[in-house]
Amino acid sequence: MFPTPIERTKPSTQLLYKIALPISIIIWLLPLLAVALTSIRSGADINSGNYWGMPTSINFIENYTAVFTDSPLGYYILNSFKITIPTVIGAIVLSSLTGFALGVYRFKLNLFVFFMFVAGNFIPFQILMVPVRDLSLSLGLYNSVWGLVVFHIAFQTGFCTFFMRNFIRALPFELIEAARVEGVSEFKIFWHIVVPLMRPAMAALSVLIFTFIWNDYFWAIVLTQGAEAMPVTAGLNSLNGQWVYNQHLVSAGSIIAALPPVLMFFLMQKHFIAGLTLGAVK
Amino acid sequence: MYSYWKNNQLKIAPWIFLAPGILMFSLYVIFPIFQSVNLSFYQWDGLGAKTYIGAENYIELLDDEYFIVSLKNNVIWLVLYLLAVPAGLFAALFLNQTVRGIRIYKSIFFFPFVISQVVVGLVFSWFYDPSNGLLNIILEFFGFDTIAILAEEDYVTYGIIAAGLWPQTAYCMILYLTGLNSVDPEQIEAGRIDNARGWRMLWYVILPQLKPATFIAVVVTIIGALRSFDLIDIMTGGGPWGSSRVLAYYMYEKAFSEYGFRMGYGAAIAVVLLLIMMVYIATILYRLYQDEKGG
Repeated sequence: MFPTPIERTKPSTQLLYKIALPISIIIWLLPLLAVALTSIRSGADINSGNYWGMPTSINFIENYTAVFTDSPLGYYILNSFKITIPTVIGAIVLSSLTGFALGVYRFKLNLFVFFMFVAGNFIPFQILMVPVRDLSLSLGLYNSVWGLVVFHIAFQTGFCTFFMRNFIRALPFELIEAARVEGVSEFKIFWHIVVPLMRPAMAALSVLIFTFIWNDYFWAIVLTQGAEAMPVTAGLNSLNGQWVYNQHLVSAGSIIAALPPVLMFFLMQKHFIAGLTLGAVK
Repeated sequence: MYSYWKNNQLKIAPWIFLAPGILMFSLYVIFPIFQSVNLSFYQWDGLGAKTYIGAENYIELLDDEYFIVSLKNNVIWLVLYLLAVPAGLFAALFLNQTVRGIRIYKSIFFFPFVISQVVVGLVFSWFYDPSNGLLNIILEFFGFDTIAILAEEDYVTYGIIAAGLWPQTAYCMILYLTGLNSVDPEQIEAGRIDNARGWRMLWYVILPQLKPATFIAVVVTIIGALRSFDLIDIMTGGGPWGSSRVLAYYMYEKAFSEYGFRMGYGAAIAVVLLLIMMVYIATILYRLYQDEKGG
């Protein structure tokens, strides 16, 4: 193991390490801790500029309820779920199919199609912006949850195909060969043999796509207007514009908006990291 | 009909599986790229008729000082954002231990990557706030002058990049932690016997084995730097006086905001950004191609 395991070092180094760990974590999260502290202050503290002194009162419950009762943030969060969940399902369904096709069959255009998905995944969003907005307008999907869902599914298919295809490539191919010899149809091979084996890849992709889409801001402001279909990222920013003198409430809102992906990460950590670090190891 | 399917199943099946994915991806990603390239040769306000103007949008770009500022900022982003790679490596080396509770520490270090850039942007704008922000409180405590980073033309881009480095470093750290996990222990022991330690061990034994992790870290960081948009919009809206714009942001402003509705001109900016990005996309594809040939 590198660096040298700390247990094998001098006691003084060990002690130093154990002190350095919590200190470094506090420094690393300092900006976030500051927001967490602000989010439980009272409006009076904020108005009098008391950001860092002793809070006159702890307003945890008041502030976090106020965010839901006095602002549409709850509605924005609901929108975020309405956008994120169908996108995750759609992208996984599409990319299971494409990943299977590209991972299992040998045909002339295989690599070309694969590279198309990979390259498309890396292009700058701005090159898509005007045409995608026009397309959404002409399909009647502009400023709707579904407009965002359909676009996200299409775009995420690029990354997901890359992921699924590589995953399927690593599966034992003999299973498929054997089934073919038995005369099992290609659709049944997909459904009964490959899909059950793809579960870990699906789990990893679900958490990744959930986080990506939940945190999307750019497409939210390009494809929506006003509160109707706005997800929490764009909603939070507009709230910040309206509540200039209520920083404690916007802080609370920020924490709430950050929670779902954070929970997702902690609950599904293994899958999340497996997905994110795909290819980091030979 | 049925026998035709039976005989040609292996040829037709992949295209049936591919059809929905290719259809969606073409409609929303591939065609729009060409539409944008085409649009960059037109003048269009988004509503009326399009007028073909040849390369005029591109010629105008050369004289547009805001375009130059954005391009320059893109270069600064690109260079400084790459600091996330060594910083992530450093963090990974720091945390690659097995003491009690280390898993929690790793997760918490990774935290900033999971939260939305909108939240990161808000968090850092408050952190930089000239009157109540924590940064200036700390500066004052140590006897320095306070600075309004996001209001100073000379500092603003660096301030935003610092905010961006926060999640990006976390991402690189995770890549390296995974990489370190699979470093061959025998080679380390062999290195120890040869009396390689510390930096020499890192440089000659560990880093060569971390190459795949480094490649991905560099690629995702470069792409991330060129895609930077959210933080700029949240923290400064491109200001003060357009000094923190990058191409991605300037394009958006030209095309969609009250400053513009110049779709053709915006498209031309996006094409320039795409061309820069193509260098990296081509590198990735080339490497993938090599892997495919090798495997």
